[in-house]
Amino acid sequence: MATSYGRIMRDGLWDSNGVFAMLLGMCPTMAMTTSATNGLGMGLATAVVMAASGLLVAMFRSYITQEVRIPVYILIVAAMVTLVDLTMNAWMHELYKVLGLFIPLIVSNCLPLARLEAFAAKEPVLPSLCDGIFMGIGFTLSLTVIGACREIVGSGTLFADAHLLLGPVFQFMEVRVFPQGTGVLVAILPPGGFLAAGLLLVVKRMIDVACGKEIQMAGAHSV
Amino acid sequence: MKPSWIHALILGVFCTGFGALLAFTNVFTEEPIQLRAVEDMQNSLAQVIPPAIHDNSPVKDAIDMTNDEGKPIKVYRAIKDGKVTGVAYEIVGIGYGGEVHLMLGVDTQGNILGVRATAHHETPGLGDKIDAAKTSWITKFTGLSLGAPPVDKWKVKKDGGQFDQFSGATITPRGVVKAVRTGLEFFAEHKTQMVELH
Repeated sequence: MATSYGRIMRDGLWDSNGVFAMLLGMCPTMAMTTSATNGLGMGLATAVVMAASGLLVAMFRSYITQEVRIPVYILIVAAMVTLVDLTMNAWMHELYKVLGLFIPLIVSNCLPLARLEAFAAKEPVLPSLCDGIFMGIGFTLSLTVIGACREIVGSGTLFADAHLLLGPVFQFMEVRVFPQGTGVLVAILPPGGFLAAGLLLVVKRMIDVACGKEIQMAGAHSV
Repeated sequence: MKPSWIHALILGVFCTGFGALLAFTNVFTEEPIQLRAVEDMQNSLAQVIPPAIHDNSPVKDAIDMTNDEGKPIKVYRAIKDGKVTGVAYEIVGIGYGGEVHLMLGVDTQGNILGVRATAHHETPGLGDKIDAAKTSWITKFTGLSLGAPPVDKWKVKKDGGQFDQFSGATITPRGVVKAVRTGLEFFAEHKTQMVELH
């Protein structure tokens, strides 16, 4: 199969976007999008795990037999997550305090597993690495957009506490859109996650229709 | 069709390999992680014990005690010129979203040096106003003691006490006020043990 890196990029970022096309990884999506910064951080941590596990599975794919492939994939994802967890706790502690609770959630995210099964298990090392990276970036963008919508409506801010995640240089990103205390609380409570994700899904489909693309059924691309 | 022991072998090799990788990572990160935990504790203690009243490290000069519910707690002691000047310990209140963990600092007279919420699951925008990062509500405890205000005023205003509740959230401040009062009573009962140096 000829590898098209443009195709991999388009799939990851838009056409087969983990959240808005395949509807995978909904657990961290709902839990971590109470602010744009949280969404961004969770997305980046997931992207690192997806890239690393994609690379490893592609490297070992000829040794992994069909019968035990799922346990091996889970083993690899879990090992990468633990590695990221320990490393961040030791050397990126400020960031860890923001994201720490949610990093173990990456294991329960079915998006990395789905990409390993659908892509890395069949493709060479470099395309698999790229798929992990772009799927991860697509996931990050989706979470950041959902987080931004919920944060603006719910707390009236945008990218609050971004300096904790990205460093003091990024303080300029922190914007107050509406005065304090005017937020619609439901947006940052659990129901708000479903509302925001659903409405944004509609927007994405409308853009697809307007561009004349065929609407894909959820997950159809990965099977 | 491969014999089944092949699959077992492959799975075993992968488990051993990644297990070893994690073991090595753990060895390298164990010490930095412990250092970070001590730093975190020092930072949260610094908010409830003013640096001016001690010349020791309260994290190192901690004693183990048992609270009234039979749970082990650590009492961090501020020491200056060989005398205990204040203590800090964790207290737990029941909020709307479960346990609210607080750090309470008390001087030797039983006056509050400071209270901070360290971990909680209160509703964002309502109960989480107990967080010092959100509002200054929790700083109003500083300087109070069991006699001032009198014990029957150690309640939220809705219950006839003197502490403000938040609009839409009474349960959280009620739980916090109760936890602080209980914490002060604990200090009053065990004062000798807490401030005496051996």
